[in-house]
Amino acid sequence: MAPNISPLVIFIASIFTSNMVLANFLGMCSYLAISSEYKTASGLGKAVTLVLIITNVANWAIYHYVIEPLGLEYLQYIIFIMVIAAIVQILELFMDRYMPDLHANLGVFLPLITVNCAILGATLFQVIRNYSFLQTLLFNLGSGIGWWMAIIMLAAIREKMGKAKLPPGLAGPGIAFLITGIMALAFVGFSGIFPVQ
Amino acid sequence: MNFAEVFTTVLSITGISAALTIIISLAEMKLNDYGICTLDINDGSKTLEVQGGQYLLNSLAANKIFIPSACGGKATCGLCKLQVMEGAGPLLPTEEPYLTEEERENHYRLACQVKIKSDLKLHIPEELFNIKEYLTNVDVLEDLTHDIKLVRLKLPEGEVLNFKPGQFMQFYTKPYDKIKESVFRAYSISSPPSEEGYVEFCIRQVPDGICTTYVHTALNEGDQVQLSGPYGDFFYRGNTKTMVMVGGGSGLAPLRSLALDNLAKGVDANMSLYFGAQKPRDLYYTEEFRDLEEKHDNFKLIQSLSRVEEGDDWDGLTGRITVHLDEDLKKLEDPTDVEAYLCGGPGFLASVRKVLIDNGVPASQIYFDEF
Repeated sequence: MAPNISPLVIFIASIFTSNMVLANFLGMCSYLAISSEYKTASGLGKAVTLVLIITNVANWAIYHYVIEPLGLEYLQYIIFIMVIAAIVQILELFMDRYMPDLHANLGVFLPLITVNCAILGATLFQVIRNYSFLQTLLFNLGSGIGWWMAIIMLAAIREKMGKAKLPPGLAGPGIAFLITGIMALAFVGFSGIFPVQ
Repeated sequence: MNFAEVFTTVLSITGISAALTIIISLAEMKLNDYGICTLDINDGSKTLEVQGGQYLLNSLAANKIFIPSACGGKATCGLCKLQVMEGAGPLLPTEEPYLTEEERENHYRLACQVKIKSDLKLHIPEELFNIKEYLTNVDVLEDLTHDIKLVRLKLPEGEVLNFKPGQFMQFYTKPYDKIKESVFRAYSISSPPSEEGYVEFCIRQVPDGICTTYVHTALNEGDQVQLSGPYGDFFYRGNTKTMVMVGGGSGLAPLRSLALDNLAKGVDANMSLYFGAQKPRDLYYTEEFRDLEEKHDNFKLIQSLSRVEEGDDWDGLTGRITVHLDEDLKKLEDPTDVEAYLCGGPGFLASVRKVLIDNGVPASQIYFDEF
């Protein structure tokens, strides 16, 4: 049975209290690598949100209509990853053909996202927590927005910091880790408002 | 685990993979089919018919046009820049970090990011068509100075090396002594293009240098040497009336090629070749250049030695070459009408560059070949 939590609570909680990056530390690789410029970071954030929703709704359906009835739970990781990879690839082809402007903004990030652990992480969360369809939808929307928010915050700080004089050893990933840590501490403040499970 | 379980597992995994593969293939067939596209290169000088839906870099490579690329198409090196005049679609965020404002206005794109979706018009620098591999034979190997060797290589019968004076070639060594691997190093061509069928290098022995030691100790006349090239953007521009060339050590090589070529072509500019060395034994090609000085009013050679000792056979200029360059530049009426071509080590280049800039030579007219 799906847990008795309002989808709206799940939505808010997945943005703030259990933020993908700042509470669960998922999707760190692209979060650190693509956050030096605000514009690209924002593009990646939007793409992650889109992919989260599409792939995880598909994964929800696959889990409930294929994996569970056939008793293939022990193969779920492989199946989820294959589905994510396939959907991302098709999505990119589709955008490239019919929405060139959107593709120019988001499409190039899609291959990066295939291997973003935030996507698989969200899939596994929704399976473990046994979310209903609506809960899944809002959970992924919230997680995406949360991830997007985290990366644009970091990018905005890093852009401003471009003018700062940092000790050479700290510049780049070093300072990005520290900032992320401090932001995560701030986000701990939200926990307790909404417990999410 | 019983047989039925294994069977269902294999069957379901196969089924799911097959379903996904079929969906992707169908999507690819339908969505990525852009038909045959025409690539028009350099305003019609070459046209290619290629299957659409591929990336430009790969498509060109399949047609034997090699655009330099270090990362192999991941948009992380930014080397595969070329001009796509028409048909490339919007600039992608992956390309932005590698293109300057000026390059964007001039339609530069990264070939590894541009997908061929329609007919394209491209501009590819001529040099890139020229880069080839050559299997040559050592024709002459002789000492120019105590530590610089002239290496004259014979190109295969009928082959022509189409290069601009000042450019360099990659020189591949063979394994020798304790060196088990083949390495390659870049050396400037010292002969002018008019020496058809041959190419010359001046190679200075660098202590413990793998390639220079190979040339100085292991190479013999008649041996085979593999080259590739030509590469580089150090060549004569010819926009001013005064040309200053400054070299140190084996840095004379590309300048010799430049000077010989310009004089043979009758270029209308005053050319001065400054060569700085330590001792008389470091000088080479002096007689050749003195002969040219006599034949051409617009060419002069200025040599200066910085470590002349008593008893050395030397009655020319002494001290650092930059001092003499400085004096001569001060005599010029219009230092902005100077193009400077420098070749040497980093420290030498920095000091020469400073003298030129202090005397009012525009930085954009100073060209380097650093080693």
